[in-house]
Amino acid sequence: MDRVLFGDNQFFGVNHMSEEKARAQAMRFQDGKAIIGVLEDAYAEGVKTFMCTTHERMGEICEYFRTNRDKYPDYVFYPCMPYAHKYANAAAELGMIGAVRSFLPEENKLGALLRGGMSLARQDVEGLATLLIDAEMKMFAGLNTPVIFLQNVATDFLLGLGFDEAFKIFANCVRERYNAEPGFITMNAPLLLQRLQKAGIDDPIICTNINKIGFRMCGGMQAYEELMTHGKCRLIAMSVFASGALQPKPALEYVCGFPHVESIVFGASSRRNIAQTKQLIDQLTHS
Amino acid sequence: MTLIRAGIVGLGKMGLSHQSMVNAHPGIELKAVCDTSTYVLDVLSKYTGVTTYSDYKKMLDEVPLDCLFVATPSRYHAEIVSLALERGLHVFCEKPFGLDPQTGYRLAELAEKKRLVNQVGYHYRFVAAFNEAKRVLDQKLIGELHHVRIEAYGPVVLRPKGSTWRAQKSEGGGALFDYACHAIDLTNYLIGRPIAVSGTVLNSVFSNDVDDEVYSTLQYSDKLFGQLATNWSDDSYRKMSVRLNFWGSNGRINVDRQELQVYLRSHEQAADGFTEGWNVRYTTELTKPVWFYVRGEEYSAQIDHFVQCINTGAVPLSTFRTAADTILTAAMLRQDAQKPRTTIALNDPAVGGGGELDAASRPRKTFMRSVLDRLKPQT
Repeated sequence: MDRVLFGDNQFFGVNHMSEEKARAQAMRFQDGKAIIGVLEDAYAEGVKTFMCTTHERMGEICEYFRTNRDKYPDYVFYPCMPYAHKYANAAAELGMIGAVRSFLPEENKLGALLRGGMSLARQDVEGLATLLIDAEMKMFAGLNTPVIFLQNVATDFLLGLGFDEAFKIFANCVRERYNAEPGFITMNAPLLLQRLQKAGIDDPIICTNINKIGFRMCGGMQAYEELMTHGKCRLIAMSVFASGALQPKPALEYVCGFPHVESIVFGASSRRNIAQTKQLIDQLTHS
Repeated sequence: MTLIRAGIVGLGKMGLSHQSMVNAHPGIELKAVCDTSTYVLDVLSKYTGVTTYSDYKKMLDEVPLDCLFVATPSRYHAEIVSLALERGLHVFCEKPFGLDPQTGYRLAELAEKKRLVNQVGYHYRFVAAFNEAKRVLDQKLIGELHHVRIEAYGPVVLRPKGSTWRAQKSEGGGALFDYACHAIDLTNYLIGRPIAVSGTVLNSVFSNDVDDEVYSTLQYSDKLFGQLATNWSDDSYRKMSVRLNFWGSNGRINVDRQELQVYLRSHEQAADGFTEGWNVRYTTELTKPVWFYVRGEEYSAQIDHFVQCINTGAVPLSTFRTAADTILTAAMLRQDAQKPRTTIALNDPAVGGGGELDAASRPRKTFMRSVLDRLKPQT
């Protein structure tokens, strides 16, 4: 994995510190070209991996990079699925089963099973998961996607339920169908690692909040620092600036000090901020 | 400390969400879950090993429990909560806790008499930014209040066709019960209940059977009036957004789920780290960590709060009684919207207007009025 990854919150009006900031960003990035402009800036600064949600608007971005493959031959996407609001809104509108059905391709046998009121056998649940993953991955066809992530809402929801086998199903599907490594985004990293190990997923890629003020690091800073120092996992640190609450230098000094933090994902919308962050991480990594 | 044995009835979006947090809570043992959907039960049973039921009465008969989480459509809340209380269970019920205040108060009395912990899922009461706003209000930092504006917007209903209970008035669907109630409950928590309402508008934007927007003037005292605006057909919002503004003799508060802005006019009354001019506090500094996070700290915090209250006997921050108060406010709004509206029209002689109104200038019937008119027998 690259050391520095680029995130997408700023493009879709997501800011965990301020709704006002989020709205301003949403307005700025309504146009796909605005997003592509920032990604090009990031690329010029050496940030070539884009970790992004499977939001519908990503389709336009994917198409651009497919069409301009020769300009960006080494560009990498890390898809993160599912885009939670899509499912939550569908569930509120259509009910749980209705929502799942709405995301399946038409004329599908499993869809028919759901309609028919029959019980789901084990392989049917796996089949369903495969179909849902395929639907989320469609927009990335032909692009380089070496790691595919399960979004934190899905990961943590399944984690809480104790549905550990879902992680195995996801991992197998990603490895077998997409020849990629599975990754898990979570707000509960210490608990997740325990369960992944129990489910037979060794040395997993885990993307989680890691910042100096412990913002949204469930399980406590001590447990996280254990993971970052000794944990049998490959960590990607996100929310390193705690959504804007921390200054870049002290924030990055903290994160770069731990051996098991393999990569850092951050979002920014100006070339200057991207450059500053990339340079700081490079300096701190090689010192 | 012994584990609290819990059951959950209703496994839709909220029920499953609660199941995730309840199952992950170190102080709770999840004993059984119940829903009418055999698919959901099937998958849960196969993959998580939880004991499942499709009949909640059978579950209560067969499984010894200490508490019950109720997350069914609103129409069934009263019946299920009632039985659970009779069985001596502590109850956590999703909002809006039934559909009429009388039933709400009756269940509150029953729970209080039996000394059972009773809590309702108004999670905004557990958001740090709103609690900080409450602190500022309680300390009267912005002086005597004279106006409050309560807003809730979101992208829930953008199409006419709804196929769940949310689209049916008889089931407790509609923006008033499902959306506005959050904002009403939160404001009740911060400054108390309104004593009267007027000028209420319940409008349908896309829905066939229910309201999509609610607007009203709320009176809190002789000096304090507020405006409520709720609209769940606005997809310029990525997700539900609740915003409260308070105006007082010494300044203003503007608060949402993540950020508290306090403007103080005078230096003398500044206190507690707040100074003259703008003060901003963010969720990153205000929010306390939770043991397990799925969608937001407040969802976890309210579950943990329920557990702590069962263990200590404390009264929860959100109870059946406060929830009944919220339903009472909603009932006042509904009643106000249904009665003939008092208006001053363009041609009202009292304001010196004159002449006949054309069709476009006649005051519109309210949504409720037009529904009731349609139900009148044709003569």
